Amino acid sequence: MSAVLEVTDIKKNFGGINAVDDVSFDVREGEILGLIGPNGCGKSTLFNCILGQLTPSGGEVKLDGRTVTGLRPSELNKLGVSRTFQLLQVFPKLSVRENLILAGQEHQGNMASRLVGRSDAGLTEAANQMIGFFKLDHLAAEPAGGLSYGQQKLLDAAMAFMGGPRLVLLDEPAGGVNPTMLADLKERLIAINREKNATFVVIEHNMEFVMSLCSRVMVMAEGKVLAMGRPDEVRKNPAVIEAYLGH
Amino acid sequence: MTGFAKPLKIALGLAVIAALIVVPMNFNRYGLFILSQWAVMTIAAMGLNLTLGYAGQVSLAQGAFVGIGAYAAAIMTTHGWPLPAAIAVAIVLSFAVGWVLGYPALRVQHHYLAFVTLAFSTLAFLVFRNESWLTGGIYGISNIPRPHIFGIATNKPLPFYYVCLGSLAIVSLAVWWLIRSPWGRAFIALRENPLRAQSLGVDTRRYTLMAFAIGSALGGVAGALYAPLTQYIDPVPFNLSLSLDLLMMVIVGGAGFYLGPFLGAMIAVLLPEWLRFTEGYYLMLYAIAVMLLLIWSPTGILGILDRYMAARRTKAASALRAVAKSRLETAQ
Repeated sequence: MSAVLEVTDIKKNFGGINAVDDVSFDVREGEILGLIGPNGCGKSTLFNCILGQLTPSGGEVKLDGRTVTGLRPSELNKLGVSRTFQLLQVFPKLSVRENLILAGQEHQGNMASRLVGRSDAGLTEAANQMIGFFKLDHLAAEPAGGLSYGQQKLLDAAMAFMGGPRLVLLDEPAGGVNPTMLADLKERLIAINREKNATFVVIEHNMEFVMSLCSRVMVMAEGKVLAMGRPDEVRKNPAVIEAYLGH
Repeated sequence: MTGFAKPLKIALGLAVIAALIVVPMNFNRYGLFILSQWAVMTIAAMGLNLTLGYAGQVSLAQGAFVGIGAYAAAIMTTHGWPLPAAIAVAIVLSFAVGWVLGYPALRVQHHYLAFVTLAFSTLAFLVFRNESWLTGGIYGISNIPRPHIFGIATNKPLPFYYVCLGSLAIVSLAVWWLIRSPWGRAFIALRENPLRAQSLGVDTRRYTLMAFAIGSALGGVAGALYAPLTQYIDPVPFNLSLSLDLLMMVIVGGAGFYLGPFLGAMIAVLLPEWLRFTEGYYLMLYAIAVMLLLIWSPTGILGILDRYMAARRTKAASALRAVAKSRLETAQ
């Protein structure tokens, strides 16, 4: 399996703190990689460095073998990298359907064709399919701000898939989502992973979720990679138990 | 939008348009001047509503763009150019200057951006006043001609009012098209959450610059109509207070609502006339009314309507839920 994403020696310093300290790893095509570690260990900062929200202090990010370090988030998104954020990030005043159309529209045509072309950029059908897939049918025309937290989380995840991404980085998709909805979300993620051959990196604190979803797990502590391996290997790793999982 | 049925909305819109065409036929010169001014200021406020209301970029410079458009039109038409050519130049010029003014918005936001645009507003005023070789300085430019449209002279107030109204109609259609296009959605995304917008591929830099440039271009259009409307311009009408007036129109009408500028400009242009009988108290009454309005509804007059519609929707939705619940209970 070839690597979709190769991260080499990424560093990020904030003042005197090395939030991310020489992190290297790769993500293989079609896998679901879990990323776990205690709060403040640098997971989200690592995401932000990979995705161009932050400029890394050093190191290199490659997407499909092409160096993409320092590209803007919108440029990376157009290359097929999508993400969700730890905190909810939907557009509250737009309807559920409009949120999804927005999430896909910049992948259709160019600036000029989006101005003179159809108001929905030809995405209503795709948005409706996504709405059905995430079981949000009855809410399609509602403003996203009126949805429950769990529903907004589902929408947030659905939006990340609208552009047909190759690689999706999900930052705590399960946080604050009730068990029934979580099972739904997991099922959806696995389905998209299989059907569309999309590759995922998932930050999550819910161990059960990570262990049952991911094919490999990377553990971070204090800005460094502590362990990387299959879920059962990682779970038994003494250093991981010490730093994160507890006894 | 379940509140008003679509045919009712269309009928209401057509009635308003018909009234705007027919009723002023009986107006005197002054009434027509005020109404033309309303149309012109609505165009400028629509531009600011795009920049501020939709894309969320604060600007205290819209009045300066009205000035740029007005001077472009005044200089060109007094040198024998036709007004449509002057409008085209005003659009290109204010679009370009607006684009450049957008660059600071890529670095600073909110009140910092307000100060940057305020500085630009002052700069533009100084250029209008001091570069007298071009602008006539404090003496301004007089005898600005009104155009011939399809061979018809528009010197008289009524024909020129129709020029303003027709321009407003064209601009309204263009803006309507823009905000319901993917661009409009991207502008809203830019206002509500630029970080998330970026991660969805929205090129926030380009859309920010576009929001400034297009909004400014509409300011330019308004200016290019203002000059032949008053037939005399000097720097004073284009100082900071015009920018503040336009900001007030957008906020009072309802920023981010399509019809907000129409309403806001109506209040700002017509209210002084209606309140004329109060003599010196007009501005005080206006100030108090604006304060009360914004305390009651920070989203402006259309915000009140929007809240009312949302409340009705919620009511309808909870009624549906109650019905569903009682069905479940009886089924058990």
